[in-house]
Amino acid sequence: MVPTSYYLILSSLIFSIGVLGFLIRRNILVIFMSIELMLNAVNLSLVAFARELGSLQGQVFVFLVMTVAAAEAAVGLAIIIAFFRNKKSANVDDLNLMKW
Amino acid sequence: MEFLIFLITAIVLVVTAVLVIVQRNPVASALFLIAALCAQAVLYLLLKAPFLAVIQIIVYAGAIMVLFLFVIMLLNLRRDEFGPERRKLQKFFGILFAVILFIEIGALVKLSLTGLPSASKGLDPAFGGAHAVGKLLFTDYLFPFEVTSVLLLVAIVGAIVMAKRKL
Repeated sequence: MVPTSYYLILSSLIFSIGVLGFLIRRNILVIFMSIELMLNAVNLSLVAFARELGSLQGQVFVFLVMTVAAAEAAVGLAIIIAFFRNKKSANVDDLNLMKW
Repeated sequence: MEFLIFLITAIVLVVTAVLVIVQRNPVASALFLIAALCAQAVLYLLLKAPFLAVIQIIVYAGAIMVLFLFVIMLLNLRRDEFGPERRKLQKFFGILFAVILFIEIGALVKLSLTGLPSASKGLDPAFGGAHAVGKLLFTDYLFPFEVTSVLLLVAIVGAIVMAKRKL
């Protein structure tokens, strides 16, 4: 059996890659995908803990996180469409309307 | 054998995750993200969560990523509309901070993972199946499950309000 700590290290690695993508990319779609990567990294650690503790609660949490991710994707992509319609760009540097 | 599968899947997951963030074309990014999600479904199977593995493929790799691809193709970005990427200095600090974050989480995992009440030796064979997860979902977690439906309704309304040209 693969130790739980391996899964947690893998999960933190994926999370860091997601953070890195969020920081270094300017395409709003890729930034959104980085958020999905981070959500999935957390899901992986939840499932790993569920097996470690022998409790299904972690898996139920993952189920709920997936629902939230679906809702977030729908609303986020709608925002991207509205943004693109107004600015004709997919670059986050053009999202400066609320910047002081 | 199990460790070998874990190793291969972990390598595929990390490589596809890196490819997601380095690809210049968002369509390629989305396709690599689908591959990463499928690799993660394999890890769920190894972690005795077959129900979640199936949900991951159907809902995540299927529904959510198709939504992504639809939006990418709807926007119909041309290469010159991708815009300039971050400057060198910003990239350097981004990588630096991501590495620091990884080291921090790794240290936390190493420091805090002792003394967990491990029950993984005697898991019952139905663990993680649709029956077991569903039973918990409809008894102890009935309220969060019902609230989920409200959340999805709000998301539908919100998405239509945002994306529609004229209401």
